[in-house]
Amino acid sequence: MTATLMTATAPHRRSEPVPAAAPGAADIAIEGASKVFGTGDGAVVALQDVTASIPGGQFVCLLGPSGCGKSTLLNAIAGFSPLTAGSIRMAGRPVVDPGPDRGMVFQEYALFPWMTVEQNIRFGLDIKGVARAEADAIVARIAGKLGLSDFLGRFPKDLSGGMRQRVAIARILALDPPVMLMDEPFGALDALTRRTLQDELLRIWAEYRKTIVFVTHSIEEAIYLADRIVVLTYRPGRMKRDLMVPLARPRDTASAEFNALKRELAGLVMEEQQRFTQAELTGSSVD
Amino acid sequence: MTRLSAFRGALLPVGLLIVWEIASRAGLFSAVVLPPPSAVAARWFASLLPALPHDPANQSYAAWLLSGELPHDAVASLSRVLAGFAIGVGLALPIGLLMGTSDRLYGLVNPLLQILRPIPPIAYIPLAIVWFGLGNPPALFLIALGTFFPVLVNTVAGVRQVDSIYVRAARNLGANSWTMFRRVILPAASPFVLAGMRIGIGTAFIVVIVAEMIAVSDGLGYRILEAREYMWSDKIIGGMLTIGVLGLVIDGAMSRFNDHLLRWHRGLER
Repeated sequence: MTATLMTATAPHRRSEPVPAAAPGAADIAIEGASKVFGTGDGAVVALQDVTASIPGGQFVCLLGPSGCGKSTLLNAIAGFSPLTAGSIRMAGRPVVDPGPDRGMVFQEYALFPWMTVEQNIRFGLDIKGVARAEADAIVARIAGKLGLSDFLGRFPKDLSGGMRQRVAIARILALDPPVMLMDEPFGALDALTRRTLQDELLRIWAEYRKTIVFVTHSIEEAIYLADRIVVLTYRPGRMKRDLMVPLARPRDTASAEFNALKRELAGLVMEEQQRFTQAELTGSSVD
Repeated sequence: MTRLSAFRGALLPVGLLIVWEIASRAGLFSAVVLPPPSAVAARWFASLLPALPHDPANQSYAAWLLSGELPHDAVASLSRVLAGFAIGVGLALPIGLLMGTSDRLYGLVNPLLQILRPIPPIAYIPLAIVWFGLGNPPALFLIALGTFFPVLVNTVAGVRQVDSIYVRAARNLGANSWTMFRRVILPAASPFVLAGMRIGIGTAFIVVIVAEMIAVSDGLGYRILEAREYMWSDKIIGGMLTIGVLGLVIDGAMSRFNDHLLRWHRGLER
């Protein structure tokens, strides 16, 4: 009884079935994605023949050690660096360049330090040409949602890492993109701040129904957050495992199921981590 | 604590003044070599005051107050600095921004820039006179030149060091090239640009004094050289001190202006 009650009132429980947006608007189709950096002897195959279909509204974590191509794949979806071979389509249209329909949250926050919190959140709206009154309303609403209302006049240098990442998320949310791309967004935060922001992200995801592609090397983070986890191999980055997380939210990191999954994934990830370490020790890793 | 350190800071200059005054009065050196501080001060105050009595029909009270020799010269020097500085910045800023953004233009212009940059502006004096004759034009040319290089070099460096993460974030948020330039590249480069401007106005102030010694017939530089012809050492020293104070004021103003514009900058956390 208590357990059901807790589940029902939990902040990030999804109570309705998925898409509220137009069907397919947030679908991502990755086909035969390959990416080679450099040429000749120095060439590094970062990504090799990755194919995956991400339906709108899904929360996907890309998991793997350094050098497994997870950030490369994310950058390709973002349109920052074109693939060597293969294609990525969003809502059926090929991705060719970066755009506000795929909002990116960076590990380094990437806030504009010369802008106040408010100006940062507003930046994308200015570019879009949103009318002043409407932009004011959006900024106020999103800032309220992320607990930033009292910080709108501050500069990023005066904020903690956790607060900065909230601003980065707010900056993306203001544009209401169907897809959010997150590159180890909480990697630089302490454990407690990290958990707070993870819960916040789940709450936002449940409310706004975004497709989220989230890069992490933390197994626990992936299980805690994702609908689906894609494990990539170390160089060349291939898909090693693609699994759905069968746990109901909110997830208990101490539960037996959680830890069984964690053990299983740790086995997969550590195999790749060993290959990475080997490569580093023999000096063939060029990073 | 601060009063104590202020007292300690004043100890040496005040002590020096007293020793200097006593030594001069005792006839240790002639008034031409080193006039006593009291004579310097008296001469300085005299040049501060208007030479003619106030005539309300002829000029306003404010203009009359500034009609003394020293205020006139200070205003003349300052206007030259500001005009030359404006010309130098006006040329260096756009060129620097273009060079910083375009690798091609950088490759084309940078070698020439590196050859010309080490030539001190003062070395251009003979050429400046040949080109522009005497008067304000060669002075402004030299001051603009003294401003140009520091601002240019810093602007180029500022644009080129802009962290690519800002560019990526802005592109992700939908910025086109103009927005990128105006709202990302320019502010990201501004700490460098402003540092260049601070160096530039310092150089401009050095150059104006030299230029006035050569090309024009007013201004602080002209005045102290003129005083030498009459062996008015007290006037020379007074003029030098005025130049020093004015330089300090200019640099302080520039520094406060920079601090205000860069209040977002991490490096300014105190």
